[in-house]
Amino acid sequence: MRETKYWTWHMAAGVVILFLLGVHMVTMHLGGITHWFAPAGGEAISQANILFRDGRLFFTVTYILLLGVALYHGLYGLRTILFELTLKPAVEKAISFVLLVVGLGLFGLGTWAAITVHTIAIAGIRG
Amino acid sequence: MAEIQRHDNRLGIWGWLGGGRWGIERYAYILHRLTGLGILLYFLMHIVVTSLRARGIYLWVEGGFFHRPIFKVGEFLVFAAFAYHAFNGVRLVLVELGFAVGKPIEPVYPYKTSLNVQRPLLIVMMILAAIFLAVGGYEFLGLAK
Amino acid sequence: MPEDSKTVRQIKFHVTRYNPESDGAPYVKTYTIPVREGMTVLDGLHYIKDNVDSTLAWRYSCRMGVCGSCGMLLNGQPTLACNTQILHIAKTDLTVAPLPNFDIIRDLVPDLLSMFDKHRSLKPYVVRADEAEINDPAGEFYQSPEELEAYLQFTYCIKCGCCMAACPTLATDARYLGPMPLAAAERYNVDTRDDGRRQRNQQTGSAHGAFRCHYAGECSRVCPKGVDPAKAIQLLKRKLVLDYLHLARRKKPCQKLHGPGQGKPLPNIPAGPAKTV
Repeated sequence: MRETKYWTWHMAAGVVILFLLGVHMVTMHLGGITHWFAPAGGEAISQANILFRDGRLFFTVTYILLLGVALYHGLYGLRTILFELTLKPAVEKAISFVLLVVGLGLFGLGTWAAITVHTIAIAGIRG
Repeated sequence: MAEIQRHDNRLGIWGWLGGGRWGIERYAYILHRLTGLGILLYFLMHIVVTSLRARGIYLWVEGGFFHRPIFKVGEFLVFAAFAYHAFNGVRLVLVELGFAVGKPIEPVYPYKTSLNVQRPLLIVMMILAAIFLAVGGYEFLGLAK
Repeated sequence: MPEDSKTVRQIKFHVTRYNPESDGAPYVKTYTIPVREGMTVLDGLHYIKDNVDSTLAWRYSCRMGVCGSCGMLLNGQPTLACNTQILHIAKTDLTVAPLPNFDIIRDLVPDLLSMFDKHRSLKPYVVRADEAEINDPAGEFYQSPEELEAYLQFTYCIKCGCCMAACPTLATDARYLGPMPLAAAERYNVDTRDDGRRQRNQQTGSAHGAFRCHYAGECSRVCPKGVDPAKAIQLLKRKLVLDYLHLARRKKPCQKLHGPGQGKPLPNIPAGPAKTV
């Protein structure tokens, strides 16, 4: 039944990603049409617009949430594909371990970065 | 009785692509896998690259390593993969949780299966993905100001 | 086949041959045979065995789409040889190969044991606490027509293995339970007489269970009986998720109604004639 748990949360994570990554994609790639969260004008990925978003708690929180959820969804998906190759149980265990370490490592890196840029942006706003 | 020698007739990874008749759901399944792997590869690099801005390194702005047309094209591919994976994923969530496959029926030839039940959903999702992709293409070509 | 029916066309049969005692690997041998209208692939194989090459081996029994013995890969599609007319699928050439995703025993004979072992592991029978009633029934269980319809479609399975041969997951994952066993599990899970769903969940919800299905849909597309295993697996997954989230309604299996002949007849039904024996 462990797999039922993993798979259920894989589906749930997919639904969360649909909304969060949907907003992310529209902000980043359809900025020329929607002009969402880009008060400085120009490209959504310009430094000024990034500083604006990094200074909002909403973005910091949703970035960390999306990071964790997407890492889980993506790495479980990769594990599913690899496990369908009839591997030896020891290899399967090793893969699970490596994916867990990679996932936690990148989650740590991303969370640290999101919080750091938030403090930098806040300091910048306060001058 | 002596053990009879057998020939392993499993198709292997080629079987993901073409065992049996090719149906549209088979293509959807393959493409979902490929786009998922593509997005994951991009995502893992994306975490590292965007995290570097905490140390003041912006690789994607004017003069940065990723500020080249080739990466613009690559980004559009990721956008396209997302459009497909997301809309097909909505269908899969509905189908795999048993909401879009219909009830068990008496099988009467020519057989109608759950594939027929969920196909309108597949078509609608692909149209939505195409619209999303077209809007994205309009933006990527620099037509939106 | 009546003797006076005319030969319509010469068709080349490209048949996979494999003799475990002399061949290292399977190879393809071509036979050209006269085909008449209405002739099935099974008839064609019989023609080869009777007139051309008596060493050809395949498995068949009922020759009318009921026993599920003659599943084969015809022109790349898993189907029953007895249920398929040659002229419906071949103009000049027809490839006949054993079902993939199974070991080949000889020529066109796949080893279906891997499938039956998985099938057996899922307890494909009514599981109840009152085992004595199952083994020595003293009455009958009530089941409404609607309750019957909830699983009737999945009972038409003849275990031919065509779905297993078409499944992309089984092409690489030898441990995946596969469409046939999972559809059989769903068939018993929704049977109101059964109380074994939670026991079966241990296998169906395992790492090589229902979640390795990604709805490529090939099993339902090739099923010669319209059983729709893909539908069964998705309905199975829903129940697995609901069971995990403790959202599934707990229902007791239907109870014994009465002994034979002890039931109360409905009003307005006239009494039958007196017994003569």
